[in-house]
Amino acid sequence: MQATTSTHTEAAHSHEHHHDPGFLRSYVFSTDHKVIGIQYGFTALAFLFFGFLLMMCMRWQIAKPGVPIPIVGGMLEAMLGDVAKGGVMSPDLYNAFGAMHGTIMVFLAVVPLAFAAFGNYVVPLQIGAVDMAFPRVNMASYQCFAAGGVVMFVSFFIPGGAAQGGWTSYSPLASVIPTNGQTFWLIGMVLLITSSLLGAVNFIATVIQLRAPGLTWMRMPFFTWAQFVTAFILLLAFPPLEAAGILQLVDKVFGSSFFLPTGLVVSGKPYDVSGGGSPLLWQHLFWFLGHPEVYVLILPAMGVISEIIACNTRKPLWGYKSLVYSVLAVGFISFIVWAHHMYLTGMGTKISTFFQTTTMIISIPSVIILTCLFMSLWGGSIRFNTPMLFSLAFLPMFGIGGLTGLPLGFNFSDLHLHDSYYVIAHFHYVVAPGTIFALFAGIYFWYPKMTGRYMDETLGKIHFWLSLVGMNLVFMPMFFQGLYGMSRRMSDGGATYALTNPANEGVVTALTTTVMKLNVFVTHAAVLLLIAQVPFIINVFMSMFNGKKVESDNPWQATTLDWQTPTPPPHGNFTKEIVVYRGPYEYSVPGHPTDFTPQNAPEPKLAK
Amino acid sequence: MEIPYTVKPRPDTGLYNAKLGIWLFLASEVMLFGGLFSSYILLRVGADLWPHGMLSIPIGTFNTFVLIASSVTVVMSWASLKLGKLASFKLYMALTIACAFGFLGVKSYEYYVKFTHYDVWFKDDATAQKYFIAAYGEKGEADVRKQFVERFHLHNTKATYDPHEIQMAGHLQGNPLFASHKTLAKAKTEKIMFDPDPKFGSHDHPKAIEVLVSDVKRMSAYVPAHSTYFAIYFTITALHGLHVLGGALVLGYFLLTADKWWKKAPEQFANRIEVGGLFWHFVDLVWIFLFPIIYLL
Repeated sequence: MQATTSTHTEAAHSHEHHHDPGFLRSYVFSTDHKVIGIQYGFTALAFLFFGFLLMMCMRWQIAKPGVPIPIVGGMLEAMLGDVAKGGVMSPDLYNAFGAMHGTIMVFLAVVPLAFAAFGNYVVPLQIGAVDMAFPRVNMASYQCFAAGGVVMFVSFFIPGGAAQGGWTSYSPLASVIPTNGQTFWLIGMVLLITSSLLGAVNFIATVIQLRAPGLTWMRMPFFTWAQFVTAFILLLAFPPLEAAGILQLVDKVFGSSFFLPTGLVVSGKPYDVSGGGSPLLWQHLFWFLGHPEVYVLILPAMGVISEIIACNTRKPLWGYKSLVYSVLAVGFISFIVWAHHMYLTGMGTKISTFFQTTTMIISIPSVIILTCLFMSLWGGSIRFNTPMLFSLAFLPMFGIGGLTGLPLGFNFSDLHLHDSYYVIAHFHYVVAPGTIFALFAGIYFWYPKMTGRYMDETLGKIHFWLSLVGMNLVFMPMFFQGLYGMSRRMSDGGATYALTNPANEGVVTALTTTVMKLNVFVTHAAVLLLIAQVPFIINVFMSMFNGKKVESDNPWQATTLDWQTPTPPPHGNFTKEIVVYRGPYEYSVPGHPTDFTPQNAPEPKLAK
Repeated sequence: MEIPYTVKPRPDTGLYNAKLGIWLFLASEVMLFGGLFSSYILLRVGADLWPHGMLSIPIGTFNTFVLIASSVTVVMSWASLKLGKLASFKLYMALTIACAFGFLGVKSYEYYVKFTHYDVWFKDDATAQKYFIAAYGEKGEADVRKQFVERFHLHNTKATYDPHEIQMAGHLQGNPLFASHKTLAKAKTEKIMFDPDPKFGSHDHPKAIEVLVSDVKRMSAYVPAHSTYFAIYFTITALHGLHVLGGALVLGYFLLTADKWWKKAPEQFANRIEVGGLFWHFVDLVWIFLFPIIYLL
């Protein structure tokens, strides 16, 4: 057989890196994983802030229903028209903001920041690779993401406004609202799903193919493990939602009935479609993504936290192997727990029991991960810098979020708590003081590597303490509101069902004045949380120019490969050949000259 | 520094990057089509009525063979490259792309036939009976209604069989695309000329009948809005068609740039064909599942 072995590609490519690629190629259409990571990071942070502002408008409406929103009310009326007449938020606008707050926070802010931004920047560095396996696919991933973001953002300004069916977009509700917001939402989602598909393929291929010589699986930093599992979840869980999105889009655009049952009546009239569809089908397809998505939100955060804890306690992670096996177990089990979101749909007690059981099982590896991280603190000489403070706060905050999930996982207690403020408090504890704290920690931690300068410690500590207090004041009261029976998604904050409403006189289940007053309290706390972010925003931009310069390429004296590069890493990342000789967390090894031994350091001669 | 393993396989995995990438992509595609096939099962199991025999099996079989043939030729084209025969590669690749467009052409014809074929539901049983007798005569009317039961599996034994839910199938005069009771109402049409289909198993077309629009409860071409059966049929086959089109365009690009690539990087070029071929086999495989569940079952 005539083999075609001769290849000229090496020669053809060797000149590529020497010429200056120009502004567009370096910053907008870059194929460098670090630039793409930073693009993702800034876009996601902007959406995070935007989603937060949507929430601030809603919080005002909850605390003071029908009162014009101060400062932005007039702006909303000017931009959006009648839905914000006189600066007052209409129920339609509240629904749109609610749906988009959820969508933006999950799909455009936290996942892109946790997975795409940190993953892109750090994973190739941590495995000693020159770039991702498919740099141009990586660029396409960001471009799809940006396009999806634009579609979502534009939907606010179309006639009728953005999607109003909640971030879960349950049919028939989402399908029969006669505006085009939902269509935009679906097109936006298809773009975002395409983006995460391209990203996930790239991450997995990179981790499998491009690990440096000697970097065996069990020498891989936990952060990379977490990202690797996350990529698998995205790869396999997102497509069913894409299928669901396509079906709902066909329902919306071509008038089919995938999710519309026979005999559907809308606004008192039989709805003119063929019928025969299944609303439950949407919920199954949605939550088949929706629940693994929770682990997409949390696993990268745990990865960030474990890097920071190992480095700032100056000792190895406790139970590295247990962590790795647990994260794999979480990844697998996350695919068979989805219907615990659907106990109240009447799918039957046998199925509920199955999903209740798997839900309890998945809490085991999750608790192992958290326990390992707690145990890692034991006996460490802890440095209390800003990234470490955020990481330390993550542990109990995520603990609260996780443990309050158990009553929701049991179907008997879920009957009472379902769709109440308790649910909101539960998952916000997981994502806000949980994941978002981890992301802040990550930003403070890797910022010196990205820019060559530290972020300001004083501003960082102000940011941390105010955020910690603010988060708890916002979300803790919601547990009590929910236990008391306050439903979520009410555009007047429950005023209709309050005891103060004369219509509810003598109704024992009406919401008491105490519960209603918590609405106002939480809104004040949310303002505090908003103020708490000001030092962070100042810090990110100021420190680029005024921050203290790093003393070396490894300012935290860390062991993993991401710190063994020049600062900031150049195109191609490493200036020397990388060979890995040891595990990821060799801190304070007795007999070694320093209290950290980088993964690429050959075995030192032991002191005699 | 270069990204390693773009052409040569990594020793411990035995794969070059793109080959791993395409397998991962296909895993994701399995989940995408898996979601749609699951939806098909759930909709069908939950349906009172599920149409049967709405699609032409000979045409579907022909198209199945076209796709299978293209799978063979795409392997032959890759094998030709590995043997260093560029001319034979070009021939096989051209055949593959011809098969792809042949498949899409046949599919488009099938779509067109459906888009101009109509069902009419009448406002009540008496009206329906009047029109059925006008079209098929006193004797034929009962036959046609029996056919309905045969053509539409009555899956759910508990489903009540509502006699005026029987629709009349046929063509509108002038063969318009995508008309419906809504477009008729919008255009303020008062009556339509309707060519009813021949009785099942016969080729004698009944005479065209005049139908008053006020007697029509619902009219739909065979489009996604017709029923969940057509909705899932069009959605899955259209998505599959897009995959065929996308694959054909990429393979076409490989064919057009073959000379350049063959000179520049023959081994990488052969890898590209292999990866494109893997995708092509997957697209075929989806059809192998689609054909029985939509045409035969």
